[in-house]
Amino acid sequence: MLLQRLSLGLITLFVVSLIIFLGVSLLPGDAAQAMLGQSATPETVAALRKQMGLDQPGYIRYFTWLGGILQGDFGVSISNKREIAELLGTRFSNTIFLAVFAAIIAVPLALALGIMAALHRNSIYDRSVNVITLSSISTPEFFVAYILILFISVKAGWFPSLANVSPDTPFVERLSKCFLPALTLTLVVVAHMMRMTRAAIINLLASPYIEMAALKGIRKLRIITRHALPNAWAPIINVIVLNLAYLIVGVVVVEVVFVYPGLGQLLVDSVQRRDLPVVQACCLIFAATYVLLNLTADILSILTNPRLLHPK
Amino acid sequence: MSKLTKLEQELRAGRLSRRDFLQATSALGLGAVAPSLLSPAYAAPNKGGKMTVGLGHGSTTDSLDPGTYENDFMIGSAFARFNFLTEISNSGELVGELAESWEVTPDAKEWTFKLRSGVEFHNGQSLTAEDVVNSINHHKGEESTSAAKPIVDPITDIKADGDTVTFVLEAGNADFPFLVSDYHLAIMPSKDGKPDWESAVGTGPYMKDSFEPGVNLKLKRNPNYWKEGAAHFDEAELIVIADVAARTNALNTGEIDMMDRCDIKTLHLLQRNKNVVIEEISGNGHYTIPMRTHLEPFNDNNIRLALKYALDRENMLQTVLGGHGSIGNDHPIGKGQRYYAADLPQKSYDPDKAKFYLKEAGLSSLDVDLSAADAAFAGAVDAAQIYQENAAKAGININVIREPADGYWSNVWNSDNRGWCFSYWGGRPTEDWMFSTAYASGASWNESAWENEEFNKLLVAGRSELDESKRRDMYVEMQRLCSDEGGSVVPLFNNYIHATSTKIAHDENMATNWANDGQRYLERWWFA
Repeated sequence: MLLQRLSLGLITLFVVSLIIFLGVSLLPGDAAQAMLGQSATPETVAALRKQMGLDQPGYIRYFTWLGGILQGDFGVSISNKREIAELLGTRFSNTIFLAVFAAIIAVPLALALGIMAALHRNSIYDRSVNVITLSSISTPEFFVAYILILFISVKAGWFPSLANVSPDTPFVERLSKCFLPALTLTLVVVAHMMRMTRAAIINLLASPYIEMAALKGIRKLRIITRHALPNAWAPIINVIVLNLAYLIVGVVVVEVVFVYPGLGQLLVDSVQRRDLPVVQACCLIFAATYVLLNLTADILSILTNPRLLHPK
Repeated sequence: MSKLTKLEQELRAGRLSRRDFLQATSALGLGAVAPSLLSPAYAAPNKGGKMTVGLGHGSTTDSLDPGTYENDFMIGSAFARFNFLTEISNSGELVGELAESWEVTPDAKEWTFKLRSGVEFHNGQSLTAEDVVNSINHHKGEESTSAAKPIVDPITDIKADGDTVTFVLEAGNADFPFLVSDYHLAIMPSKDGKPDWESAVGTGPYMKDSFEPGVNLKLKRNPNYWKEGAAHFDEAELIVIADVAARTNALNTGEIDMMDRCDIKTLHLLQRNKNVVIEEISGNGHYTIPMRTHLEPFNDNNIRLALKYALDRENMLQTVLGGHGSIGNDHPIGKGQRYYAADLPQKSYDPDKAKFYLKEAGLSSLDVDLSAADAAFAGAVDAAQIYQENAAKAGININVIREPADGYWSNVWNSDNRGWCFSYWGGRPTEDWMFSTAYASGASWNESAWENEEFNKLLVAGRSELDESKRRDMYVEMQRLCSDEGGSVVPLFNNYIHATSTKIAHDENMATNWANDGQRYLERWWFA
């Protein structure tokens, strides 16, 4: 079953790479033109195309690239000749760092808020938490980011507004630099996870076994954490994982506002420059992230559900 | 903009002497203003400190190869790491940099540069004439992809002899020493007979510490720098901050000491910050609206003139640039340039004249398409709409086509797919350079496909003319031809606007050839 899922994932990746390749080829202009910009002349474009290997037909370039990938070689960027693996290395770890940082704040917060909201259903607390989280998810990310910068960075001066980390930035400084971007992302993803936690638990609260537990005289908090939550994990995990994937692949805007050197900015630059190998590599990483995280979600759901864990 | 701030800018830009400034301000009844402009910042430079700069340009696809430099980030980094044969000083004069002096034959065809002695590269290698030859040859030849190819292609031979380098040109060019100040023509050390650009080593004021394309460039001072009174910072970091709001925030919080490309719309808010100085340079950068002069209906000069008179330039200046610029006169030469034609009558908004020229062309009304995208410059689409409104009063219906910004330069601009579109030029330090790039017959960027025999003759004659006053007359005439017969509407010259923290100081003069003090801010500025 796991093997089947993995091979399906690989096929997905292959299809994604094909779609990306065709998509970028359909865009007007190529890397040589994009690189020379306004200063392009027919001769320099032709010379550059030859240098970049763009004078070969598309399918040959695609299969050369695919052959390289299968041997673990991402190739070189066509616009500045750097090894793509090296180019992606620090940026990917930056992206993961920010995602993990945001997740460490967001996931416990969302779970706690959601459980509390289910516990005090329809109370003032429940309503205000809903209003606040829903407003923060409805506000565009860049706006949330600017508001945070204005109050926390410009007015109060607690945290820097630039998150320009480099590999030699000390850990504590890195945390401080990344705090505002992580907080922005937290505000964006908390609502979804919190609402799902609340809904999944409330859904179970009407079940006979919960009523039984209540009749036994167990405290409400214990009913929720010990009786309702274990059965609510599957949908909650799915939503959490979906949001984790978003934290990795959907943060371009936050990266731009905070000048954070992550993968998103690299992808945007590369699409603009039609740097196909880099675009392909970024997209493969993003697609692989989705596939792997979804797989993890399924596995975790099975582990938390004894009926699925021990099928008859 | 108030008269005073305008005077202040002119003073800073070096077009006004201090005496003139004082006279003008006292005439305005403002005798006691802005003493800070006149004294302390121009005191002797201090050494030391780390200069952090936030720049709007810079991409992950940037390469260290000088032939590929095309954005402000790499241009600034070029002037920080490299020297060039010549330099345009902050008062606009041409001075020698790695060349100590130069000589020319009377036909302006053979230029001999004598190199400065005792100059060392960052890696300890001594500068030789061979290095210069290899560095220039890097941009030449069939295989070259360099953006500087059109500049160096007319060189037929380069010879190194001891400490001199001789360039033989196809045809005379009196401006050749200006051309070799171009930011692409960096002098690099040689390795196996080839210039070594991968190592980023030069003879310049700063040495590369680390470079992450599209993220940052860290530099440290070159301890053996040969130039007196230059390179004052111990360290510098250039950071790519593409988002202008992020750049402004970083300057406000003191995380950077300087930002370029300020947001015109929020400039008045930035001005409130007491720790920030906003500086404007009126340079040679300008917007153009080229018509393809070999296509209907633009092949008729009456139509071109009608369109030139149908635009309210002042209105466009206020709306698109918020007044931070000056109006153009349909030729590409800036006010600060040597042969600027100051006496040329200014074309202004005159619907009646426009109607007159339409009639001359045998038409009572005209429908034209105008392509615009913000890739040309920020606000190009707004500018097109202003044009549309202005021209309607002269019976000209402009149909504004909004083009995708992506691929604008390859599909819309300079192609016969579109008759009329928007474009932008950073300007060139010399008249000949600008004209030969974008107005000469056969030039690949002749965006208006303009073929004017008289203009082209003058251009060739002017290029090799060594007599200053004859030369001036020729260039004035060329500007007139552009303005009256050319294919481009040149509505605006934009100011370069940057902002620094009050800690930064610089010389009284600021260069106007490029933004940010000729992009030599790291070499010329210091911490007060």
